[in-house]
Amino acid sequence: MTASSLTLAAYLVAALLFVVSLAGLSRHETARAGVGFGIAGMAIALVTVVVTALGAASTLGIVLLVVAVLVGAAIGLWRARVVEMTGMPELIALMHSFVGLAAVLVGWNGYLEPGALDPALEGIHHGEVVVGVFIGAVTFTGSIIAYLKLSAKIASAPLTLPGKNVLNLGALVAFVVLTVFFVISPSVWLLVAVTVLALLLGLHLVASIGGGDMPVVVSMLNSYSGWAAAASGFLLSNDLLIITGALVGSSGAYLSYVMCKAMNRSFISVIAGGFGAPSSSGGAEVTGEHTEVDAASVADALSAARSVVITPGYGMAVAQAQYPVAELTRRLRESGVEVRFGVHPVAGRLPGHMNVLLAEAQVPYDIVLEMDEINDDLAETDVVLVIGANDTVNPAAAEDPTSPIAGMPVLKVWEAGQVVVFKRSMAAGYAGVQNPLFFRENTRMLFGDAKDRVEDIVAALKATAPTS
Amino acid sequence: MTDVEGPPGMRIGVVAETAKSETRVAATPETVRKLIGLGYAVTVQAGAGVRAGFEDSAFAEAGAEIAEGPVWDAEIVLTINAPEPDEIEKLQPGSALVAMLAPRFEPERVAALAERGVTAMSMDAVPRISRAQSLDVLSSMANIAGYRAVIEAAHSFGRFFTGQVTAAGKVPPAKVLVAGAGVAGLAAIGAAKSLGAIVRATDPRPEVADQVRSLGGEYLAVEVEQEASTDGYAKATSEDYDRRAAEIYSEQAADVDIVITTALIPGRPAPKLLTAEQVASMKPGSVIVDMAAAQGGNVAGTVAGEVVTTDNGVTLIGYTDLPGRLPAQASQLYGTNVVNLLKLLTPEKDGQLTLDLDDVVQRGLTVAHAGETLWPPPEVSVSAPAQPAAAAPVEPQEPKRPSRFRHVIGLAAGVALFAVTAAAPPALAGHLTVFLLAIVIGFYVIGNVHHALHTPLMSVTNAISGIIVVGAVLQIAVDDAVVMALAAVAVLLASINIVGGFAVTRRMLSMFSRS
Repeated sequence: MTASSLTLAAYLVAALLFVVSLAGLSRHETARAGVGFGIAGMAIALVTVVVTALGAASTLGIVLLVVAVLVGAAIGLWRARVVEMTGMPELIALMHSFVGLAAVLVGWNGYLEPGALDPALEGIHHGEVVVGVFIGAVTFTGSIIAYLKLSAKIASAPLTLPGKNVLNLGALVAFVVLTVFFVISPSVWLLVAVTVLALLLGLHLVASIGGGDMPVVVSMLNSYSGWAAAASGFLLSNDLLIITGALVGSSGAYLSYVMCKAMNRSFISVIAGGFGAPSSSGGAEVTGEHTEVDAASVADALSAARSVVITPGYGMAVAQAQYPVAELTRRLRESGVEVRFGVHPVAGRLPGHMNVLLAEAQVPYDIVLEMDEINDDLAETDVVLVIGANDTVNPAAAEDPTSPIAGMPVLKVWEAGQVVVFKRSMAAGYAGVQNPLFFRENTRMLFGDAKDRVEDIVAALKATAPTS
Repeated sequence: MTDVEGPPGMRIGVVAETAKSETRVAATPETVRKLIGLGYAVTVQAGAGVRAGFEDSAFAEAGAEIAEGPVWDAEIVLTINAPEPDEIEKLQPGSALVAMLAPRFEPERVAALAERGVTAMSMDAVPRISRAQSLDVLSSMANIAGYRAVIEAAHSFGRFFTGQVTAAGKVPPAKVLVAGAGVAGLAAIGAAKSLGAIVRATDPRPEVADQVRSLGGEYLAVEVEQEASTDGYAKATSEDYDRRAAEIYSEQAADVDIVITTALIPGRPAPKLLTAEQVASMKPGSVIVDMAAAQGGNVAGTVAGEVVTTDNGVTLIGYTDLPGRLPAQASQLYGTNVVNLLKLLTPEKDGQLTLDLDDVVQRGLTVAHAGETLWPPPEVSVSAPAQPAAAAPVEPQEPKRPSRFRHVIGLAAGVALFAVTAAAPPALAGHLTVFLLAIVIGFYVIGNVHHALHTPLMSVTNAISGIIVVGAVLQIAVDDAVVMALAAVAVLLASINIVGGFAVTRRMLSMFSRS
């Protein structure tokens, strides 16, 4: 047994623990154990690598290492403690950017300090440097822009430069050309050029995607951060990095696929920009009378109902309405009404965003169902509350083949006995598509801030409830 | 009131049925009230509703006049069974008659009515279009008959319908085969299912399969090319079909406990579905209800109106008056169908009957008018089955192109991967192997993730992608100030990810709770 074989064994164990960790996260019952496995794997990997590094590093290096780990851990813990659940998308996007930046730095170091290299592998090593830096840099700026958009520090509307697809493709072609040059004769300037090019590409790529496509973007960046780690693994000939990067990369890609399917769009069309562009004005004109309703009558309808389904959307997160919604749910369930939630896969700005928000407000997870699980039951539901959702409940997607969102799977809320839509005004949704749901005979509009309105309903229920 | 200006409303007469076995009546107190609401005056023959459980006093309370004798002289006469020749003589020329006239089978009666100058409307000739459903007596009677057929079968069957596990042993559920999934068949399926039986159904029209399933029945498809029905009624079947269907009936006869046959083809004798041998193959104690007994029966050995027991102990019920065995219900539904017809004929609600022969529904059920025979009406096609045929060719075309495109891409990627790996030095090839296998594992592991855990999954992958710290730590050991500084920054960033990612995931997961 040599030190190097011990290291390899430890890496193998760590990699397996990561696989088990991800597998555990697939179910509620095993999710916590999954996180435990992940932590164990990470601890093994860290101890191994630190022990390896201690033998070789200078005192300064060791001090730097310890300080960096401690400071990083402190910042990480602090952020994890204070983050609001509505702020999860921003935090996750920011963390993607860290991986991206770390990959860029590791890539640069790999160029500056290649170590002992087999001359035959030199070309491959340089290729790996460029690829690692490129993916890392795209991830870095892309995630920063996503973070800024999600935290509303910049407008979430898509940036539409003329010929943006040509720009993206041009950047890719330029990258290939630069890679070839760099492999043939490496130079700092070429690497700088690749880095700048990738930073700009990441920036432009995400800037030209609008807010409603964020679930796809965030999971796409999650995937990229994995590929960046895997590229660093190739660069350093480290299988643990390769395996972990590949796991994260494919996980993010799978989530992107789920999100794209939920919007009936291809990955390419999301990247190439889409909804909200001025050209998308197809679809039948929808006009009609909408019927307004007040909170007290909604409370009456709810207490008379046998089954109620709530379909939340990003608007619920914006209005921070999850706590009153949970209170409403608790109250209705106590009085014997069956309450369930129908969550569209792309509701919110992050895959699973609504679930986390509802969990935060202590809504039991077993009444929070996915679109496919609840769609068939909606026809037998008495009342549906649409809180902050719009495009995900648009009947035009199912019924109007000329609609820009035609074919997108939606929650068929209109089949229920009565639908109450919480909305600030009659404006169109993110996709810029008018929603015929609002003009249906069984639809009632409840205007105003979702949080205030839900609180009004809870108050009305309290007032009418028998004092026990 | 409005009738101050207009002429007084026409008089409707409700005749007591003269047929001996008839228990029903053409109007109930409830429907009388609605007829009066349409502006008509109503006279009910004394005792007309007694056998259906409606007393004269109830009719009087609803606003009807009670007449001692028959009321054939009213301007509009309501009855269920077609009038006999002597009764036709009593009808006033120019009056209207609403009854079940069976114009297809009794053209002489239609001719007699035309000769008498009566406007004759046949409730059993309503075209089968969705607008006319509310007046379709055949549907409403078939519905009752289907239900009653199950009740008759259950009555004669010496066992439970539902399966039970009791202290005295296990009882298997009864198996019911319903032949023909029309209105009567569907009603029978629903009734048998709600009694707890296992229900199977056959029908030559594959489009009814979903309706059968929606009622909890199992559809036994006869896998033969079959034309779709265009008028909503079943058609005669092809030879291939009959052979395959006969096999199914042979298999089923030996297996099931109850058979209810409802197969009727308009204008023809009922098709024979079960042969004497198939009946003989049934278990003793089995029950067959042949709802087509009046048209000759679907089952060999059926006697119309009678109950027969075969040599092997199978009870064969051939009642032809199944709707009449639920007289109150049947009268109520018939009466409501009549009210719906008169609503259509009284657009102004002024008690004046206005016939519009350009309307397909009114044209379809009017068999005689102003001295002329109007049967048969011009054909109405229900056209509904055209839809799936049109949709079918469009669907598969769309995904076709991308799928071939995908094959090409996949093949190209495979070849490229092979070429790269083959050309790569052994070390790189090893890494590629690990990389690709890890991707595959990743896809399979993530593929089962519960939708609610997408966010925790992302934050954990965030944490473990902090594994890039391994690279940075190794680089910090290098003796170069710039490299060391860059590596330290990378370690810092990766540490934030690792610790923050795991911590926030734990926090999130601790919030998820069951109810």
